[in-house]
Amino acid sequence: MAAGTPLLKDELDIVIPTIRNLDFLEMWRPFFQPYHLIIVQDGDPSKIIKVPEGFDYELYNRNDINKILGPKASCISFKDSACRCFGYMVSKKKYIFTIDDDCFVAKDPSGKDINALEQHIKNLLSPSTPYFFNTLYDPYAEGADFVRGYPFSLREGVPTAVSHGLWLNIPDYDAPTQLVKPSERNTRYVNAVLTIPKGTLFPMCGMNLAFDRELIGPAMYFGLMGDGQPIGRYDDMWAGWCTKVICDHLGLGIKTGLPYIWHSKASNPFVNLKKEYKGIFWQEEIIPFFQSATLPKDCTTVQKCYIELSKQVKEKLTNVDPYFTKLADAMVTWIEAWDELNPAKDSAKLPNGSA
Amino acid sequence: MRTPPSLVSLAIDSALAHLSNISDLSFLPDHILIDLFLKTLRAGKLTEKILKLFIATGKEEVLSHIEALNIQLVLTPVLPTSKKNLRMSQIIDDNDVDIVIGALHPDLTSFLDEWRPVFSRFHLIIVKDPDLKDELTIPGGFNLHVYTKSDIDKAVGSASTASLFSGYSCRYFGYLISQKKYVVSIDDDCIPARDNNGGLIDAVAQHISNLTTPATPFFFNTLYDPFCKGADFVRGYPFSLRSGVTCALSCGLWLNLADYDAPTQALKPGQRNSRYVDAVLTVPVRTMLPVSGINIGFNREVVGPALLPALRLAKEGKFRWETVEDIWSGMCVKVVCDHLGVGVKSGLPYVWRKERGDAIESLKKEWEGVKLMEDVVPFFQSVRLSQAAVTPEDCVIEMAAAVKERLGPVHPVFARAAEAMVEWVKLWKVVRTQLSP
Repeated sequence: MAAGTPLLKDELDIVIPTIRNLDFLEMWRPFFQPYHLIIVQDGDPSKIIKVPEGFDYELYNRNDINKILGPKASCISFKDSACRCFGYMVSKKKYIFTIDDDCFVAKDPSGKDINALEQHIKNLLSPSTPYFFNTLYDPYAEGADFVRGYPFSLREGVPTAVSHGLWLNIPDYDAPTQLVKPSERNTRYVNAVLTIPKGTLFPMCGMNLAFDRELIGPAMYFGLMGDGQPIGRYDDMWAGWCTKVICDHLGLGIKTGLPYIWHSKASNPFVNLKKEYKGIFWQEEIIPFFQSATLPKDCTTVQKCYIELSKQVKEKLTNVDPYFTKLADAMVTWIEAWDELNPAKDSAKLPNGSA
Repeated sequence: MRTPPSLVSLAIDSALAHLSNISDLSFLPDHILIDLFLKTLRAGKLTEKILKLFIATGKEEVLSHIEALNIQLVLTPVLPTSKKNLRMSQIIDDNDVDIVIGALHPDLTSFLDEWRPVFSRFHLIIVKDPDLKDELTIPGGFNLHVYTKSDIDKAVGSASTASLFSGYSCRYFGYLISQKKYVVSIDDDCIPARDNNGGLIDAVAQHISNLTTPATPFFFNTLYDPFCKGADFVRGYPFSLRSGVTCALSCGLWLNLADYDAPTQALKPGQRNSRYVDAVLTVPVRTMLPVSGINIGFNREVVGPALLPALRLAKEGKFRWETVEDIWSGMCVKVVCDHLGVGVKSGLPYVWRKERGDAIESLKKEWEGVKLMEDVVPFFQSVRLSQAAVTPEDCVIEMAAAVKERLGPVHPVFARAAEAMVEWVKLWKVVRTQLSP
């Protein structure tokens, strides 16, 4: 454990979606035990999910979600890990760390266990630098700094809203790539964290993700996926694109890179292909939409930005598929539900960032 | 009774046993020479030194034996065959590459000896800093051309030599006259670095690999370079963007003495970069970066004219802390690349940068460069080129006009930079015309 990284155990919730079991928590015990867990149980609510002894947690199944949100529960996906975003909404903490139940502790090249949560906290507590690329990656990391030519006026950075971690072993490939390269494993440990530059989109994976709920929480809606929906495995992607556009607009930063976790389970590529199939075509339209999306100056809160985005989604993406009208409506429902469960405080209001 | 050996054969056997003491074989009659040669071969004693002895005799029969047997002098050292030791990922035609070295130090012996395993396959262009008074010392065994002040004066006129090619900028003359597709340039105070397994890093091979695999500037891949072995595009990466674009510039990094500016290094005098980040990534479109000239490679055919010596500080010196010419040049190239739809990569390879200079001394002498970045960066972030600019030359001319108009009034160094950019494009056109067949 590096000296000086605060535990934040009373300010951080760990959100875990699960449909099978939580055995993986045993391996994480040394790192997770101090924290409060929010378990979002997907699938059959009558199934009992056993949580290992000694963890402090709250668990929500589908019945709980329906009870708490009433009709607004329609915005929370069923039979898809997208349901995890309910956990974000119901949390009362400043930070969220979310992890999949097939992700385990990885080892760094020296053989030491990686404390992923500690690295995420480091990432979130140090600034981001989205306005100018630093060739030595994260300048706030130990042993690094800003390089020659980096303007001093940009060295303070901006607040970090999201920390996107990576995965060793089974890489996060889409179904076509999985089919072509079924045995490819990610063995490359890239010892870097870097800020994703302003104006650049990226594919955000929800397997190993942390964010500042107070800064960006309402943007982390994982969309309508799974049962009854024409698409799956695009929940985190959708949230990532919305979040990046909003972060760029509000002057917040997103980091990617360390920490690594060990991803153990390769999902069935044929099942994945069925889920992703439409998404593969739709993303060709969705990406240009997000790349050119602009938000008006009066969108000064995340919620306002998100509502505005939902309008643009309805307007510009409905001709791709009527699904996007449903999604746009769900985005609004999500914000309404969020505001209901998280009554407005001043912390939601942020000034626009500088260009 | 066995026939006793003849005196001749005894003499030859004795010569064979003492070959290492013999320095000249030319006095030997032809038939004895051939006999000695064949016996040397059979005994397995033909070393490089002894082969040279035989070749030096100039005798036709020996030479034709050598040719018939295809015996060759090994000029290039035998490279390690273990893949771990050599980070080669692409088959390159050595004739497509020029290694351009700006010589700011007269004695290049240890520099070139350290780089020999990597450089010896290629043609080298060594440009001597016109301000350097001492003669250059260069070890043998390389295929190279050296250009000194008089060569530069002859090619471009002494006025241009002074305004464009002094100090670190001398290397741009090498870019100007190179006729190869790829150029790799490394500062003369750097030696090969070692990777995490202790293997020598072939920086040239890595640069060429970066330049010969596509760049992906339009969407960020979280697993970094998708074209490297063991990696790919991740879920959510649009398929239409997966073929990528040409990579025109490859920016490498440095272990040990990192390329910090003087204030940073002065504040942290003991800080050394020991973090080996095993990644190459494309710098996204419209994202500006500080390109360090210490360790770069580029596709001269695609962006050559856009790497230019223009921003000359008033007290520019012979330490990187006292320059920003490469930062300016790098941002010009990035704007041009973004405009032309080609890519820039950053990351591997690493070189090992030797200890040199005193950051505090440099800071005392030249701090203006740091201040100027406050104007330089916003300018490059906002400059836009017209649709009519379709070549790097066009782009540079448009940028020069924008520099003159928007930055010229801010500081005279920018007005001079704009002039230098225009002069450079003119020179480029003139010299290229002279060089083309």
